[in-house]
Amino acid sequence: MTVDGRPRRPFWRRGRFGRVWAIAAVPVASVVLALVVAAVIILISSVVTTGSLDVSLPLVAYAALVQGAFGSESALLNTILQATPLVLGGLAVGVGFKAGLFNIGGQGQFLLAATAAAGVGAALATAPGPIAITAALLAGILAGALWGLIPGALKAFSGAHEVVTTIMLNSIAAAVIGYLILGPLLAPGFSFGRTGDLGNAVLPIVLGDNIHIGVVLAVVAVPIVWWLLYRSTLGFEIRSVGANPSAARYAGMRPAGLTMLTMSLSGLLFGVAGSIEILGVSHFMIPSYGTSIGFDAIAVALLGRSHPFGIAAAAILFGALRAGAGLMQVLANIPVEIVDVIQAIILLFLAADIVVRRIFRIRAAEALTDLETVTSSYAGRVR
Amino acid sequence: MDQLATSLDSIPVLGVAFQLIGYLVATVPVIAPVFVALAAPIALGALCGVMNERSGIVNIGIEGMMLTSAFTAFLAAALVAQAIGPTSATPIFGVTIPLLAGVAVAILTGMLVSALHAWLSISIRADQIISGTIINIMAFGVTGFLNRLVISPNPRLGAGIFRPLAPPAFLVDVPVVGWLVKAFFAQGPIAMSVVFLVILLQVWLFRSRWGLRTRAVGEHPKAAETVGIDVIALRYRNVILGGIFAGLAGAYLTLEQSGSFQNGMSSGRGFIAIAAVIFGRWTPLGSFGAALLFTASEALRVAISLSPPTGQLGDVLRFIPAEFFGALPYLVTLVVLVAAVGRSVPPAAVGKPYVREART
Repeated sequence: MTVDGRPRRPFWRRGRFGRVWAIAAVPVASVVLALVVAAVIILISSVVTTGSLDVSLPLVAYAALVQGAFGSESALLNTILQATPLVLGGLAVGVGFKAGLFNIGGQGQFLLAATAAAGVGAALATAPGPIAITAALLAGILAGALWGLIPGALKAFSGAHEVVTTIMLNSIAAAVIGYLILGPLLAPGFSFGRTGDLGNAVLPIVLGDNIHIGVVLAVVAVPIVWWLLYRSTLGFEIRSVGANPSAARYAGMRPAGLTMLTMSLSGLLFGVAGSIEILGVSHFMIPSYGTSIGFDAIAVALLGRSHPFGIAAAAILFGALRAGAGLMQVLANIPVEIVDVIQAIILLFLAADIVVRRIFRIRAAEALTDLETVTSSYAGRVR
Repeated sequence: MDQLATSLDSIPVLGVAFQLIGYLVATVPVIAPVFVALAAPIALGALCGVMNERSGIVNIGIEGMMLTSAFTAFLAAALVAQAIGPTSATPIFGVTIPLLAGVAVAILTGMLVSALHAWLSISIRADQIISGTIINIMAFGVTGFLNRLVISPNPRLGAGIFRPLAPPAFLVDVPVVGWLVKAFFAQGPIAMSVVFLVILLQVWLFRSRWGLRTRAVGEHPKAAETVGIDVIALRYRNVILGGIFAGLAGAYLTLEQSGSFQNGMSSGRGFIAIAAVIFGRWTPLGSFGAALLFTASEALRVAISLSPPTGQLGDVLRFIPAEFFGALPYLVTLVVLVAAVGRSVPPAAVGKPYVREART
C-alpha cells in the first residue's frame, strides 16, 4: 500500500518499463492468444486429415517451431535473415502510418526495386565490387522510392486513396518486371527467364554462411528511422500531418508535399528490402518472384505499433515463425502456411483489442495505432 | 532513337486509328459475352461496396470476402459432389445439387466475413480500412492454409461449373441488337443475375423506404437517429447483406468461371470493385458501368489473342509488349480513379464510427 491508500502498482507497471508495458501489453497478449487459437486450429486440422486426436500435437509443433527458429546457430541466423526484409518493410509501413498514409503497395515497390538492383548488378558484374554494389543498391532504392512517389503524388494532387492506387500499382509493377526480365534484362543461356549473374555485385557475407552485409542496413535503419520520426523536424511534420492535416496546414506545413515525401520514403525502405534480398540472397530475379512482403509488412507495423523498436521486435517474431515453420512441417506435419494463419489471427486480436484487454484485464492505454486519418482521407475528402 | 522515330513516322496514324475503330466494330459483338462475364465479379463486388458505403462503412475487404467465398464455394460443392455421387444436371445452366450447395455456402461465407467486418468497424470501432485489410490478409492466409491442407492432397476434388445459356437463335440473329442479347444472355446464372441485381438494388436504394433510411444513415447518422432509425442495427444489416454480393462474386470465380481454386485467385478484382464504386458515384448502375469500362481493356486483350488484327494495325500492336495488355485493366482503373475522385462525392459519414449519445 502506498501513502495515499491506493494499492501499489505491480512492479511491471512501474517506471520506464511500465510505460513500455502500457504500449506493449495488448500486442504481447494478442500474440499469446493467437498461438492458443492456432493450437486449436492445428488440433482440428490434424483430426480432419489423419482422423485421430493427438492432444500433444500443438506442443510438438510449437517445440519444433522454436527449435527451427532458435535451436542452433544456423537456425538463429536463418531467423535473422528472414526478419531482415520484414524490419525494413515494417518500418516502411510504419512511417506511412505516422503520416496517416497506408502503403499496401509494398509488394510492387519491393519487386520493382529487386528488378532494378538485379539489372544494374548484372550489368556491372565485372566492375569493382564496391562500385557495382553501390550502383545496384542505389538503382533498387531509387526504383522503390519512385514507385512509392506515384501513389503519394496521386493522393496529393487528386485525392485518390493510396489503398486502391497502390494495389493497382502492384499489378502494374508485376507486368513491368515481367516485361523487363523477359525483355531488356533477359540473360541468355538459361532455360528460364531470369536476369544475369551478379558477379562482383553480390553482397559480401559477414556472418555464418548466409548473413550478408545488407542485414546491417536493416539493423541501422531502425535507429535512423526512430531518429527521423521522433528527433528531426521532418519527423515532427510527418507526425503532425498524420495526427491532424488541417492543423498541420494551419501551422505552415504542406500536407501535399509531406504526403509525397512520406510515400517516397516508404517506397524507399521497401526498395532497400527488395535490393538486398536480390543482391544478398537470391542473386538473380525471375518474373514470378513470389513474395508476400506487402501484407507481412503491414502485420509487422501493426504489431509493432508503428514504433521502430516495436517493429524490430515484431519482425524478429515473424522472422522466427517463418524460419521455424519448415522444421514444424517436417516434425509435426503442419503445413508452413499455418504461419500466415497465426499472423492473421494476431492482427484480428490487435484490431479487436477490447476483447484482448477484457481477457487479460489490461487497462486501456492508447488506441492501437494513430490511424485516425487513414480512413478519414478515404475517397479524397481530407487532403 | 532516330530509327524508332522514322519507323513511327512511316505509320499513318490516321489510317491506324480508322483501322482500330473498324476492328473494334467488327470484334466487339464477338467478344461482348466475354466482356460481360469478366465484368460480373467486379460488378458484384461493387454492389457489396455500395451497400457498405451507402450506410457509412468503408469496405476494403471485398477482395478477401470474394477469395474466402470462392474457396468455400469450391470446397462445399466438391464435398457435396463427393458425398452424393454423380447427379443429373438441369438442361438450362447445368445446375446440379453440389453447385447449388456451393453457391449457398458462398453466400453464407460472404455474410459471415461481412459480419466480422461489421463487428470490427461498428461495435469495436476499429479503423475501417485496417479492419478491411486484416480481412484481406486473413482471407489470403486462411485459404492458402486450407488449400494446402484439404484441396492440394485431393487433386480430383471438383464439382464442375455452371453452363452458359444458349439464347434462341432467332433472338441472336436479330440485326443490330442481336449481339447485345447474346452478350447478356449467353451467360451462366451468376453473371446473368448481375444485371437484375444491379437494377434491383438501384431501385431499392433510391425508391424504397429502406433505401432512404440507408442513405440517411450514410449521410447524417445523427439526424437519422433523431427520427427514430436504429443506426447501429441498420449498418449491421446492410454490411451483412452486402456480403451476399461478395459471396456471389466468389462463387462466380470457382463455380462459373474456372471450376478450380487457386491461391489469391481474386487477383485484385475486389479493389477494382472499390474503384468502380467511386467512379460510379456510389450508385449500383454507375458502378456496373464502371465495371464494364474497367474490363473493356481486358476484353480487348482477349479479342486480340482470339483474332489478331491484320494490316498496319497489327504491325502497331506487335510493337506493344504482351505484358502491357495484362496491366491495362489496372492502368485504366488507376487513371479513371484519379480523374473521378474529387468529382464524385462520397456519402458524408463514410468511415466514421457512429457513437450513440448516452441518455441522460
